Amino acid sequence: MTERLTADVAVVGGGTAGCAAAVALRKAGMSVVLLEKGLCGAGASGVNFGGVRQQGRHMAELPLARRSRAIWQNLSAFLGEDVEFEPTGHMKLARSESDMAELERYARYAAEHGLKLELLGANAVRTELPWMGPKVVGASLCAEDGAANPRVVAPAFARLARRLGADIREKEEVLEAARAGDAFEIRTATLLVTSTFLINTAGIAAGKVAGWFGEEAPVGPVIPNMIVTEPLPMFVTRALGVCGGDIYVRQVARGNVIMGGGCGWGDADLTYSRPITEQSLTGMAKTLDLVPALKGAQVIRTWTGIDGQMPDRIPVIGFSATTPNLVHAFGFSGHGFQLGPVIGEILAELVTQGRSTSPLAPFAVDRFPPGTAPLPLAGVEH
Amino acid sequence: MTALAGVDYRPRTLVWNLFQNRLDLLTRQGYGEQRFDRLILATGAMDEALPFPGWTLPGVFTLGAAQIAFKAQGVSIGRRVALVGAGPLLPLVAHQYATAGAEVVAVLDTTPFLAKVRQAPGLLTESTTFAKGLWYTARNKLRGLNVHYGVRALSAEGARRVEGLLFRDSAGKEHRLACDAIGASFGLRSETQLPDLAGCSFTFEPVERQWRPQATPEGRSSVPEIYLAGDGAGIGGADMAELQGRRAALAVLEDSGLPVHAAETAHLDRALKRQAGFRRALEAAYPFPAHLLDDVADDEIVCRCEGVTAGALRRAARDKDAPEVNRLKALTRVGMGRCQGRVCGHVAAELLARARGCPIESVGRLRAQPPIKPIPVLGGHA
Repeated sequence: MTERLTADVAVVGGGTAGCAAAVALRKAGMSVVLLEKGLCGAGASGVNFGGVRQQGRHMAELPLARRSRAIWQNLSAFLGEDVEFEPTGHMKLARSESDMAELERYARYAAEHGLKLELLGANAVRTELPWMGPKVVGASLCAEDGAANPRVVAPAFARLARRLGADIREKEEVLEAARAGDAFEIRTATLLVTSTFLINTAGIAAGKVAGWFGEEAPVGPVIPNMIVTEPLPMFVTRALGVCGGDIYVRQVARGNVIMGGGCGWGDADLTYSRPITEQSLTGMAKTLDLVPALKGAQVIRTWTGIDGQMPDRIPVIGFSATTPNLVHAFGFSGHGFQLGPVIGEILAELVTQGRSTSPLAPFAVDRFPPGTAPLPLAGVEH
Repeated sequence: MTALAGVDYRPRTLVWNLFQNRLDLLTRQGYGEQRFDRLILATGAMDEALPFPGWTLPGVFTLGAAQIAFKAQGVSIGRRVALVGAGPLLPLVAHQYATAGAEVVAVLDTTPFLAKVRQAPGLLTESTTFAKGLWYTARNKLRGLNVHYGVRALSAEGARRVEGLLFRDSAGKEHRLACDAIGASFGLRSETQLPDLAGCSFTFEPVERQWRPQATPEGRSSVPEIYLAGDGAGIGGADMAELQGRRAALAVLEDSGLPVHAAETAHLDRALKRQAGFRRALEAAYPFPAHLLDDVADDEIVCRCEGVTAGALRRAARDKDAPEVNRLKALTRVGMGRCQGRVCGHVAAELLARARGCPIESVGRLRAQPPIKPIPVLGGHA
């Protein structure tokens, strides 16, 4: 038997962006039904590296990342539960003089967006992190970047949305959605939802959702390969990335060291992913170049997840080009965790005011020439 | 061990991952791999360790560890030893310790004696060492020892290590014993990480309250190239494991189109059928002591690796809306440590089901993730 629901806004996809949108929309007085095929935050939002990082982002993302960082500052209080946000600082490491030149160039651009980066020479890096491997010649430090626990953020947004009156339905996979007069009709196996607005935050499945409305969205899979050690005494006091982005490392308060790098395996339907052994072993070896002290540390788990990636590696955020009242936010290309909270606010602005205070032009869904192919399967950069 | 002609025997080899017809190996020489066309998984079982007050004190061992210390090294786990729990190992270890002259201060069985008497005919259908050992040690050889059945409210006490044991007998009388070591296990659990990584279908066994990979009597799993034998596919003891291994090998030959002796196959099938009755009796004689988990106090540590208490799990189950055990893991870190939930995962599931008032099988099981045992960070693969 089909249950019928009606709401101002239907949200497809319960990752951080979708759940944060549900919160912001409820605060704006809109009624919300959110449909999630699994559990909220169990996809890319919940299994990522946990980086809360502005440094290194595409310039178009920096205004959004700046705004999101302000939300992160008080996010635990806002959500009513601890999301383990720690502004440890993020150090992007240079392994050559040309890397260093790239960091210097980036720091100048970032300053125009109000993001202050501190450039460190080889000695300054080793004064702070004396264990640093010999290949590192310098770094750029963003003191206000850091990390949080990705497993708890989206579920906390979902619970807050529920407390605010949003109708969050988990284990409800959307089978089809279509325009019906001035409204949308969205079907799952058990539900028929009628809404005025439709928000597409469906992650790797967002291209399919867009396709239901004749919208071409070249979303490809990005499957980061990640590794975590048993708890060790605290010594990796900064989150680390490198120019070229092929490895990223951080140590959580509990002591576990998390290493990411390379690309995992995904099935044909992109519903199931696995780490790839060569990628894990290569990731370990590359991490040892930066953090030699990790040699012999015991790895207790490896994992992956599947995010959507756009051809230019920045997301789609904004109104549909084909369908009124359809709003997209997807294709975060493996680095959406930091942006998640602000995406919720931006989506609510678009729904309630028809525009956002953040510059969204670079994220238009129709920016790709027709027939643009998705990128091949890849890992992520930090 | 004598090498069999044509068998590539590789001791001291950890299989830490299984993916797409390939095993990932760790030996003293480092990482390696082994491809396969067909695979027999004979992963065995481990002790069922349940939390009780004091179970993390130095001096508390599993019965399996007590037996290994005795058999492999000829030492006792203490000078004054209490052996407690449930399952076939309890009378066996008690018999071995007592016979060797160790001081066994008490043998405390958490299951009622009646459960074993009821199953005696079934246990005696197989005139194997295992069956005889079980029954006769339980019945006769333990005479002269301080044996109690149906005990509850177990509690190990001691300032820095075990100094004594408290319990309540079946009549409700409190006892306190001085001892310096405790062997405690509550049955055996199949090691199922590799079948899980292989993608085998699992079913829930209600008497033992365990998820097991599905296997036909011939050892065929739900995955065509994967075969199962021994305690890893269901607790049956050494004799049954040998029969299952032989039968699974014949199934491999049959499925490969190679000739097998029909008489041998028929003989094994008959023997396995006889053993099945014994196994059912064994399960019924040593049911999972689920009632002990009703007694676990909120401040008791359930997950030793991550220091997660029963209270933290109950709070998360209640306040954070975890419908299944993988979400409970994401929210609380239970099962995220060195053992990856092999010890605590099902206890967490039991507590979750109780807290939510739902059947244990509805909260699922922790998904296996590679490596199934810790592996070191090593270089040389970049």
